[in-house]
Amino acid sequence: MARAVSNPRKALNTAIAWGIGLLIFFPILWTILTSFKTEAEAIANPPVFLAFDWTLENYSVVQERSNYMRFLWNSVFIAGGSTLLGVIIAVPAAWSMAFVPSKRTKDILLWMLSTKMLPAVGVLYPIYLLCIQLGVLDNRYALVVILMLINLPIIVWMLYTYFKEIPGEILEAARMDGAGLKEEILYVLTPMAVPGIASTLLLNFILAWNEAFWTLNLTAVDAAPLTAFIASYSSPEGLFFAKLSAASTMAIAPILILGWFSQKQLVRGLTFGAVK
Amino acid sequence: MATQHSRSAARFMMAPAVFLLLVWMLVPLSMTLWFSFRRFLPLRGGDQGFVWFENYSRFISSSAFWPSVQTTLIIVGGILLISVVFGILLALLLDQPMWGQGVVRILVIAPFFVMPTVSALVWKNMFMDPTNGLFAHLWRAFGADPVVWLSDAPLFSIILIVSWQWLPFATLILLTAIQSLDSEQLEAAEMDGAGHLSRFGYIILPHMSRAITIVILIQTIFLLSIFAEIFVTTGGAFGSRTLTYLIYQRVLESQNVGLGSAGGVYAIILANIVALFLMRIVGKNLDA
Repeated sequence: MARAVSNPRKALNTAIAWGIGLLIFFPILWTILTSFKTEAEAIANPPVFLAFDWTLENYSVVQERSNYMRFLWNSVFIAGGSTLLGVIIAVPAAWSMAFVPSKRTKDILLWMLSTKMLPAVGVLYPIYLLCIQLGVLDNRYALVVILMLINLPIIVWMLYTYFKEIPGEILEAARMDGAGLKEEILYVLTPMAVPGIASTLLLNFILAWNEAFWTLNLTAVDAAPLTAFIASYSSPEGLFFAKLSAASTMAIAPILILGWFSQKQLVRGLTFGAVK
Repeated sequence: MATQHSRSAARFMMAPAVFLLLVWMLVPLSMTLWFSFRRFLPLRGGDQGFVWFENYSRFISSSAFWPSVQTTLIIVGGILLISVVFGILLALLLDQPMWGQGVVRILVIAPFFVMPTVSALVWKNMFMDPTNGLFAHLWRAFGADPVVWLSDAPLFSIILIVSWQWLPFATLILLTAIQSLDSEQLEAAEMDGAGHLSRFGYIILPHMSRAITIVILIQTIFLLSIFAEIFVTTGGAFGSRTLTYLIYQRVLESQNVGLGSAGGVYAIILANIVALFLMRIVGKNLDA
């Protein structure tokens, strides 16, 4: 809706929008700034905004004290593994629902969605118990599987809405030109499906990275990802704002950057195609 | 193009996803149901047999139950109100012509990507800490006594933190909805002399109503189970114990699995009521 408006009006819009935007962004900005301060400067009153001695010390302290890299690796492993596994399982399913729909396709899609609505706390103990019995409490692979199952409905849905947009006529045209099933999938469908699959991977990686119910309740030391690592700062000792900020910045920076690329997919993915 | 052959192939391709989700749904659910009918205290005597509906009535009649329901309603309602009202306003604002729109969008959406434990801890310490937090500095600058946010106003604090995370989500979806509005309709209304308010009330708001409903339903489902934000801020103290948190405490902290499972069944029923409405809307959209 680009309407022609006068410049003063546009300037006013710009000023208000930037003001509110910066206000909303401020906690993140403040965290990033604080991560470069010394602990004394981090709690200074009045607060210092930019004119402090920038230091990288907090980052090295966080790494030394807590072996940050291990938590980071756990996060990458769990979020990446669950997303990849989910997509591998979901692509055939979404594919067949989009291209060979039957009377029950809609019911199956809605039923899948309903499993996503199951409140995690309602099945906390069974999952906890199963993990103990199978000896996989605090195990990365168990979390990969659990987070995959949690996000599988969203993955199927997103892929389904993307695949649905691939026109079926293209397939028929390819068939008329003598393409077999293999050529059809390899040269016609895959190139058209790749953007949708990439968006799905991106959004679900973010969701899995930030998941903080199962990762907090099912991990202790070995499999703990960044969500649990950050939560360990909730009972602090002494001055720790700058270190908390450094740890937080490292935990959110990669996802913020990925997230900015996934705004559009976010809407589609989290509203199950109801708002596009 | 659906032959018999491709139909059976399709069923085969769907099977793994359907099977996994079926197992994922049925196994834990039936275990929760099973436990909810039993007296089961893993650390104090283990599984002591069926008590049938005793857990259900005890869960409801415990002194913690109604306060937790009230807390849940206040938190979920407060966050919904804030994110929907401000989400509409922000979406309207971001839809206006301006310089650097893309950057502002990025700034506004950013909190949604912050992991819950980080946002809860950053707010708890760097903003709400009564001695060193920014709010305390600000209060002192005006000569006021700093507020001990998390114990004096725990619900407000949690609502603020979680709204900060979910307002971007609402804004983004409502903005998408506004942008799909046909601008000719608005121009026509403008030419017919409709003012800003009537254009908003009669054209924009009705157009957004479906998106608003979806925002409310999806957020309700997610908000009913917020956990990390309470876990790292108050730990359920100071009257900030939601239904989800109460169940968590019963199951893992006091290890009363039977009682907690009965609570879990209540939570599942509650979530399903909301989910039913959401599914109806989403389902309609599938037909279109």
